[in-house]
Amino acid sequence: MSLMSLTAVELGKKIKTGEVSVREAAKASLAAIAAREEAVHSFVTVVPEEAVLARAVEVQRLIDEGALTGPLAGVPVAIKDNMCTRGLLTTCSSRILGNFVPPYTAEAVLNLEKAGAVIVGKANMDEFAMGSTTETSWFGVTRNPWNTEHVPGGSSGGSCAAVAAEECSYALGSDTGGSIRQPSSFCGVTGIKPTYGTVSRYGLIAYGSSLDQIGPIAKDVTDCAAILEAIASHDAKDSTSVKREDYDFTAALVDDVKGMKIGIPRDYFGKGLDGEVKDAILRAAAVLEEKGAVLEEFDLSLVEYAIPAYYVIASAEASSNLARFDGVKYAYRSEEFEGLHQMYKKTRSEGFGEEVKRRIMLGSFVLSSGYYDAYYLKALRTKALIKQAFDKAFARYDLILGPAAPTTAPRLGESLSDPIKMYLGDIYTISVNLAGLPGISVPCGTDSKGLPIGMQLIGDCFQEKKLFRAAYAYEQTRAYEHCPLAKKGVSEDE
Amino acid sequence: MSKQYETVIGLEVHVELATKTKIFCSCSTRFGGEPNTHTCPVCTGMPGSLPVLNKQVVEYAVAVGLATNCTITQNCKFDRKNYFYPDNPQNYQISQLYLPICRNGHVDIETAEGPKSIGIHEIHMEEDAGKLIHDEWDDCTLVDFNRSGVPLIEIVSEPDMRSAEEVIAYLDKLRLIIQYLGASDCKLQEGSMRADVNLSVREAGTEKFGTRTEMKNLNSFKAIARAIEGERERQIAILEDGGQVIQETRRWDDNKECSYAMRSKEDAQDYRYFPEPDLVPVVISDEWLAEIKSRQPELRDEKRLRYKEEYGIPEYDIDILTSEKKLADIFEETIALGCKPKEVSNWLMVETMRLLKEADMDASDLSFSPKNLAALIGLVEQGKINRTVAKEVFEVLFREDMDPVSYVEEKGLIMVQDEDALRSTIEEIVKNNPQSVEDYRSGKKKAMGFLVGQTMKAMKGKADPALVNKILAEILG
Repeated sequence: MSLMSLTAVELGKKIKTGEVSVREAAKASLAAIAAREEAVHSFVTVVPEEAVLARAVEVQRLIDEGALTGPLAGVPVAIKDNMCTRGLLTTCSSRILGNFVPPYTAEAVLNLEKAGAVIVGKANMDEFAMGSTTETSWFGVTRNPWNTEHVPGGSSGGSCAAVAAEECSYALGSDTGGSIRQPSSFCGVTGIKPTYGTVSRYGLIAYGSSLDQIGPIAKDVTDCAAILEAIASHDAKDSTSVKREDYDFTAALVDDVKGMKIGIPRDYFGKGLDGEVKDAILRAAAVLEEKGAVLEEFDLSLVEYAIPAYYVIASAEASSNLARFDGVKYAYRSEEFEGLHQMYKKTRSEGFGEEVKRRIMLGSFVLSSGYYDAYYLKALRTKALIKQAFDKAFARYDLILGPAAPTTAPRLGESLSDPIKMYLGDIYTISVNLAGLPGISVPCGTDSKGLPIGMQLIGDCFQEKKLFRAAYAYEQTRAYEHCPLAKKGVSEDE
Repeated sequence: MSKQYETVIGLEVHVELATKTKIFCSCSTRFGGEPNTHTCPVCTGMPGSLPVLNKQVVEYAVAVGLATNCTITQNCKFDRKNYFYPDNPQNYQISQLYLPICRNGHVDIETAEGPKSIGIHEIHMEEDAGKLIHDEWDDCTLVDFNRSGVPLIEIVSEPDMRSAEEVIAYLDKLRLIIQYLGASDCKLQEGSMRADVNLSVREAGTEKFGTRTEMKNLNSFKAIARAIEGERERQIAILEDGGQVIQETRRWDDNKECSYAMRSKEDAQDYRYFPEPDLVPVVISDEWLAEIKSRQPELRDEKRLRYKEEYGIPEYDIDILTSEKKLADIFEETIALGCKPKEVSNWLMVETMRLLKEADMDASDLSFSPKNLAALIGLVEQGKINRTVAKEVFEVLFREDMDPVSYVEEKGLIMVQDEDALRSTIEEIVKNNPQSVEDYRSGKKKAMGFLVGQTMKAMKGKADPALVNKILAEILG
């Protein structure tokens, strides 16, 4: 059995006791990557073996000296390729950043490094995190390790696939409209999008600044709590970063949901929801009820307005955030051009993919003079109303329970032909970003095709601990399902 | 020209704030430096970098707002102004559109027709751009981001000015207020204060404003005056010919004394402003506002009143001494060291002004310390050097700010007070100049001056002129 089939915390324990060396863990990860990348393609960049092993030696020394004592010390990790890593290619899966090597490291990644993480690679994603399938990457699609004819979801598809394929122990993703929770659901892993402001965005290449949030992706809830504990911090370099008092998320891992009030929004179980997904979610809800949680159906309302509001706000911010990629300062510049204007035009036309261009144009349109009030301002008002609807719900419930996505992973190539349909796939995740709330996706079974289904739990702002408690309690009732690809094992040298 | 026209002018004034670090990162704002050395991921627009607001920028902006009678927006926000240009690393500028920090203010100026109030529409905070340098040799353009992110405030006036004189009075008033606050050095030539002139003309007596143009690239008060006159004439000529003024931005060429159209309203960019999502609203609490208020220094108008009461110096002196904060500071600090106000004022009004003019410098460039000026005044009062020597010492002091006491000792400039030594020198001179002695005795009193001069020359200027006169009078009878 590969070391990569362990959870991050299990592997961390073995490293701490000396049963496994950091080098062995790193080698196991690299071996799995070597064996499975061809089938899955989770990574844009795999860190060269010498560099990984050098880092492993350094971390081992710090562990031996007693300087590193945390649960993640020495554990191999994949970082989504939209987080800056000093000296290591960071592309956002875009041609326009195809040769970009950042001069600094994102705060969340620095925090992980302080916790002794060994980075093995940069995970593939939808270009600039725009997409739900990881098919818009300039570097090629990532496949779902459960069935490589299917997408892993997105935009953190590479991160989720790498964890599910057991190419690394855990990963960091980012979530702007569901980009951690939806691919976690599709890949049968656990992923949490924390409350906006919990993890510093410094060094996260922005898509929709007011919605982006970095979060953990791992095999189970315990890992996610430990990872969030490591990456969450108040960062003076991020003005939207929040100073919290409750960073001890692992303290919430208690198998007890007695008396917890869970709201089930009827709006999340209506038209468009796949029957098998619906049944699996309701069965999971019933499990929590059996354990003592109090379930109640309610109407969340406004759900149908979340998607248009999101695509207006996120695209508007993206159109401005992505303006800096112009060929002047770094990364891709068109080879041939006449003058500045054409340099801009050709660089950006060649450098960005279709979906990114679509959103830049949409965003530029909704911000243009004469349309600003009708689109952007209206979307901001809708966002405020959605937040109010959640506030009302959380006055009654500790948590909201529903699906993470309306279906299981679609087949490759099915989604991109119909962007509106693809956007509709974000219906259960998007309002959580608009309201700045934390949300977690936990595996709760597979459909008849053998594709994973994820249950989503949504908490009020800063109530990650409630999420962890309920998710942990649910998880105690079922074993982690390894995907077929991971079960095949890897022939290892050591 | 048969009709009478009225010129209507409003100004947009950009002022670079005197913070040590940039508006959204901790890079130095120091002028100069090798290109791209005062830079970091934030001010070069690196992917993933985020802005953090410099609190001092808010304090300066509020201070200027308070001093110009504005209402302070206690809950203000930043917005993004989107446009592509290579000196702008993010291709958007963080500025304020919807909720600027100060609104509805005014400053009072003196005009030929008496006092006048010029309205201030708003003051907002924003970041400066980098600098493009065209390399003729390689035929390429390079960009230096040292200036990128230097904090600016933009002060937007109401269209309340009617002449170049009023514009200059308004700008001078703003300059003095801001310099007194220490918020900026406000140098037009160096670009730390930049003014864009919005100008239209209308027939005298009409209510409706004419179509305005915006004039850029005005680097001195003189250029502003010339540009206003030029643009007024250009617009009147168009109207007199039955034409219509086009709303456009024009660039003033001060060498050729004419302006060129840069872009018309039709090609005006849509800046697609929206609230900056990377910054939180700036909340200026009552306490913070009170704190900034309590730190407001004495401004020029208050200083003038106080100088009159406290020092009893002439109005004319007061005007000049308070015309630059630096001058007023030196004046007050030198007095605080025990010197007589009138004496200090004389040094500043006469010698300092003369040397500034000769060196083509501004009073804000003065580098000598009040301590050394006070020491020099002390030397004169104690009779250790005479005024002629003192003026020469002051010239050195003006340039090098040395300690005048050790300087006069080292250079042997201390006055000879030994009457016997002086008497023998004078006797010698009288002996060698019989003609002058005769002239004097025959009534040509001017000859006395020649003998005094000869004595001073022999004494290398170190003689007390009063003593020389006394001894000479005795000898000549």
